[in-house]
Amino acid sequence: MNLLSVADLPLEDLERILKKADDFAPGVGDPTAIHREKTLALLFFEDSTRTRVSFERAAKRLKMEVMNFSVGGSSMSKGESLRDTVKTIEATGIDVVVMRHQASGAPWQVASWIKSSVINAGDGWHEHPTQALLDCYTIRKATGVIEGLHVVIVGDIKHSRVARSNVLALSRLGADVTIVAPYTLLPPNIDSWPVWVSQDLDVVIPKADVIYMLRMQRERQTASLVPSLREYTASYGLTAERAECLPENAVIMHPGPMNLGVEISADVADLPCSLITTQVKHGVAVRAALLHEIL
Amino acid sequence: MVHAQAAKRAPRDLLIKGGTIVDSLGVRRGDIAVGRDGRIVAVGVNLEGQADVLDASDCFVAPGLVDLHCHLRQPGDDEAESVETGSRAAALGGFTAVVAMPNTEPPVDNAAMVHEVRALARNALCDIFPAGAITVGRRGERLAPIGEMAEAGVRLFTDDGRGVQDGGLLRNALEYASSFQAVIAEHCEEESLSAGGHMNEGEWSSRLGLEGMPSEAEEIMVARDIALLRLALRRCDAKLHLMHLSTRRAIAYVRSAKAEGLEITAEVTPHHFTLTDAEVASFDPVYKTNPPLRSRMDVVAVRAGLADGTVDAIATDHAPHPRERKEVPFAEAAFGVIGLQTALPLALTELPMPVENIIASLSWKAADIARIPLTHGGPLEVGFPANLCVFDPSARWVVQAQAFASRSKNSPYIGRELRGRVRHTLLWGEPVVVDGEAQR
Repeated sequence: MNLLSVADLPLEDLERILKKADDFAPGVGDPTAIHREKTLALLFFEDSTRTRVSFERAAKRLKMEVMNFSVGGSSMSKGESLRDTVKTIEATGIDVVVMRHQASGAPWQVASWIKSSVINAGDGWHEHPTQALLDCYTIRKATGVIEGLHVVIVGDIKHSRVARSNVLALSRLGADVTIVAPYTLLPPNIDSWPVWVSQDLDVVIPKADVIYMLRMQRERQTASLVPSLREYTASYGLTAERAECLPENAVIMHPGPMNLGVEISADVADLPCSLITTQVKHGVAVRAALLHEIL
Repeated sequence: MVHAQAAKRAPRDLLIKGGTIVDSLGVRRGDIAVGRDGRIVAVGVNLEGQADVLDASDCFVAPGLVDLHCHLRQPGDDEAESVETGSRAAALGGFTAVVAMPNTEPPVDNAAMVHEVRALARNALCDIFPAGAITVGRRGERLAPIGEMAEAGVRLFTDDGRGVQDGGLLRNALEYASSFQAVIAEHCEEESLSAGGHMNEGEWSSRLGLEGMPSEAEEIMVARDIALLRLALRRCDAKLHLMHLSTRRAIAYVRSAKAEGLEITAEVTPHHFTLTDAEVASFDPVYKTNPPLRSRMDVVAVRAGLADGTVDAIATDHAPHPRERKEVPFAEAAFGVIGLQTALPLALTELPMPVENIIASLSWKAADIARIPLTHGGPLEVGFPANLCVFDPSARWVVQAQAFASRSKNSPYIGRELRGRVRHTLLWGEPVVVDGEAQR
């Protein structure tokens, strides 16, 4: 079984993984090591700290063997093709491949080339399904429900796999999602997404149950999608003043890594209602539950 | 034009019996006798004589097809294709003439390169007409020696793979090429809008997280080129041909230019009248083309353009790529599909048009655009060269990778059942394909 897109998960599977994650939460005791014979390969073609470490910890909770493959940069620039690379790795005896790649769709091709399970740990701007799972888990733990919640996602939606997977997962679980971004950072045909769209963060903030800030990359400024990061922060940054306008029980999230002072200020990230470190903690439990489910 | 040798390979009299002739004069029953000089010696019902017979029962006998847009990759990329393998694929697809795009390595931007491609074509299974680049190195900076290449026989100039971004330069190209009765063929793409894109911009690119190439990148260029043609026509008989149009407004702009009386021609490819950008959801790079596969509405408009004559020709944009350029992530893959062996069957299967209109766009109208009407495209009358395509319009077959003569197999139609199959192809009287088999 693969997990390539949130869309691959029927609602009952999604719910089951979120429930199962409780069994793998830190401090719940040692889960039975039923996967001792299984091997997981971490195949990251793009830099990652938290996702890679999180999967590694999750696999170790299941007593799985973890193999790390360092494959920085494009597979083509190294000379060996992606196809040959993954086929070689599979030949060493792998049960599940966790892969991140800078090209949208790469895990779909890998899944067609090998027999092992493939988990998408982020492909280009396309999807990052385990991030969405851990975010849904975090929201549910914090608020008790997802259905009917108003989740506001702010920032560079166009280039964000986190946004795509979260919109799929949250809307499926019954949340109302509003996207806030300048038009230049919205994907085309946004009307085909199950979301509300706004350009005015100040209007949306007082109505948010969850405010989810996305990382704003410097390249967007070079490509003239925004005139400057300073101007971006002025309109779309979660500053201390804006955070004060959040409703009382609202929570703040960010997938990391943060550009402090750009999309979110350091003080806001440290507020009691910020779940940013909780997200990382839950990542291990959710990924362990997913591995348990897939194997 | 490389037919002197081919004529020598037609040592026998041939009789094509039992078919229905379809050419620019219409549709009628008739047999065709071909002489040892590679020309048609008799046309009539129930011809008899001392000749080898090629069975054409249940078939149409048409002038050989003419591909206005083909990448044969030689010189420079022999791994993808060679003139020989590409010409074999062409013959199997019913083509007796192909216009070879100049984006080789090095590009065909001078007469010496024209002669080099000609030399490579000496043993080809169809006539190869090299196109020349409009600008030096296809860099879009200054005019290539169009006169020198025209002198060497080139009649179609294009920077294909790229459009000429500088409007003033394209105006000069249109005016200058007109002194040689040559046509300027444009790849319509405004690069500032499409650069970095991998697929059509729209609902699917949005969902799949792939950078898009908006329809407008093509449409702006089509509109600009029509305006530049109007400008050039003020003082000369400029000829403009628009290649591989893919969007609904691009077709509409050409329709209105023709209504205005401008002499302009346009081609579309089979993939743009059969496939949409929804195919990219598989992330299979076989669906990566430039122009990209567009929406359903665009496909409908491309078909309507063919049906009402706005679009003159069907061209393959045969673009072979070896596996290592396609078995990679979508964003890293090369653009293009092969198309020589599937063009006619796809048109017959998918287009609700009379067969004579389909063959018109694949044969004599294309020959007119390529400025080769005396040797290709018929009519099938006594004295004309026997460049012929005999095809069974109702034979059903399933496309299989191993049946492609091309060195590359990047076809999106593998596994698909098509209707219509080439039975024989004659090149200057030589049966290069008999019963669906290449003879050399």
